[in-house]
Amino acid sequence: MREIIRHRSIYGILVVPLAYYIVFKYVPIFNGQIAFKDYMALDGVLGSKWIGLENFRTFIRSYYFVELLRNTLLYSVGKLVFCLPLSIALAIGLYECVHPRLGKVVQTLAYLPHFLSWVIMYGILLALLAPGDGVLNDIIKLCGGKGVDFLTDTRAFPWIVILSDAWKEMGWSAIIFIAALMGIDPSLFEAAMVEGANSWQRVRYITLPSIAPVIVIVVLLRLGTILDAGFNQIFMLYSTPVLSVGDIIDTWVYRQGLLEFQFGLATAVGLFKGVIGFVLIVVSNRLVRRLGGSSLY
Amino acid sequence: MRKTRNVVVRPSGADRSFNIVVDVFLWLILVVIAVPLWSTITLSFRPNDYIGTNLEGMFLPVWKWSTAAYKALLGNNGFLMAFLNSVKILVAGVATALLLTIPLAYVLSIRSLPGRKVLAWLVIVPYVFNVGMIPSYLLVTGLGLQDHLAAVYLPVAVSTYNCLIMRSFFEGIPTELKESARIDGASEMQVLLRVVLPLSKAIILTIGLFYGVSFWNDFFHAMLYLNSNDLQPLPILLRNILMASGMNEYVEVNAFGDAPVSAIKAASVFMSAIPMVMAYPFIQKYFTKGTLLGSVKG
Repeated sequence: MREIIRHRSIYGILVVPLAYYIVFKYVPIFNGQIAFKDYMALDGVLGSKWIGLENFRTFIRSYYFVELLRNTLLYSVGKLVFCLPLSIALAIGLYECVHPRLGKVVQTLAYLPHFLSWVIMYGILLALLAPGDGVLNDIIKLCGGKGVDFLTDTRAFPWIVILSDAWKEMGWSAIIFIAALMGIDPSLFEAAMVEGANSWQRVRYITLPSIAPVIVIVVLLRLGTILDAGFNQIFMLYSTPVLSVGDIIDTWVYRQGLLEFQFGLATAVGLFKGVIGFVLIVVSNRLVRRLGGSSLY
Repeated sequence: MRKTRNVVVRPSGADRSFNIVVDVFLWLILVVIAVPLWSTITLSFRPNDYIGTNLEGMFLPVWKWSTAAYKALLGNNGFLMAFLNSVKILVAGVATALLLTIPLAYVLSIRSLPGRKVLAWLVIVPYVFNVGMIPSYLLVTGLGLQDHLAAVYLPVAVSTYNCLIMRSFFEGIPTELKESARIDGASEMQVLLRVVLPLSKAIILTIGLFYGVSFWNDFFHAMLYLNSNDLQPLPILLRNILMASGMNEYVEVNAFGDAPVSAIKAASVFMSAIPMVMAYPFIQKYFTKGTLLGSVKG
């Protein structure tokens, strides 16, 4: 108690942020209880009737459960599989590039799309992919092919999601690898050069092994958020014709909750995702810490 | 970018082929990233009487470009109002976010504080345990924040990630500086304002820019909570312009004068991105440091 009094000026600073946390971060968790309730707006969060696991049962038994889970995993794993090797290659390319000008330009341009919103991205993709006058369709027609409506084609849509994400985030994801490369002891390279290793061998036997732990950490941390397939992106890009391949858990929760007003069911699905995400984050952070990286907490 | 090359060894054929592969790869990345950006930019300057494909339009000489789309946008009250709303959200949002994040990060960085562990958990639990959008929606509507600009930034005013980055930075400030101020009788608030903040300009700017980007780009919260037309920020207007087609398109064309519809769309994309592009050199100057602190500290 005396400790608290001694530190009272510290706690004074905390009052406002703490109040903020309780209202905006903990009240929503408290509201999460409607996952187990038949939520009625008139009865409120506390007054609605408890129905146990009914909402969860409805979701797991429904036909869209498998589809949503499949799409969500398809996108988050697909993005990792595409974006990760690209960002590693980009980092190594920038590190090994012997023309500083080229490296600087590529680096600057590659980071930029990370700061554009998905609404802006949608506009850029429209200029590129529009069925009538998009640049890509111009090229296809020039080569004698027939125009494709990429954004409403169920075969093209998953690729557009995965590739546009790689386009946007590849540079930004490379930063952590560039940092890891900067940390490699230069005497390793000097020794290898004296021993007669060429550039390919240096990358294979020094660079890659040196950043391998960082790659493992990045993959593990990504696994913690495997059920986040990118709500903003899908929400901007998808439409009714591609719903079967485009709908992910988050977009479904949005439609079910805020357009159909199935608050209880939508919250149950959000909670389902939250619990799995929580377990995965805790497990992956444990593993990362065991590997010697610093974890979230 | 690699620094030391003080060992001089004659490059072998394999080295030369390696350098070529690296160059080709970087040029490829450059083209892949630049082409979509370039096609959007040139599209926004497309003259009304242009005949030809958009592919050819990418190579249209600059003296044939037209600024009709930009004139139309800047002469449109709806667009100006949306821009102003976005600026309001940006300024109020960043101010609120920093006023909440800085003290929290500072207190979390005081190692001798009793209850520091509990506090750290209190901050991290909502970060790793996400209950989804509905409970938060119920809170915001319950507070009556609908149709207030605050609904866009207040629910996301503290990003735990940003807070943890800032904490790592504060932890790096030598304790002796703070201790000597405390011995001289400074209160914690004074230590924060007089000792810590002047040393933390870089990190505050970085985190402020991170927040700024997220508020400027947000369309989801605006879509959920702002129903009134007078409150729509730029991303919502942009989304409406981009999604306009058929009959709607006709309406949009009338509202924006005589520039081509696709040019209007591209110009509004570019106008929405401009503040980000302008802030970008500053972001780039500081962000590597900031993200490094957060991801692989020490």
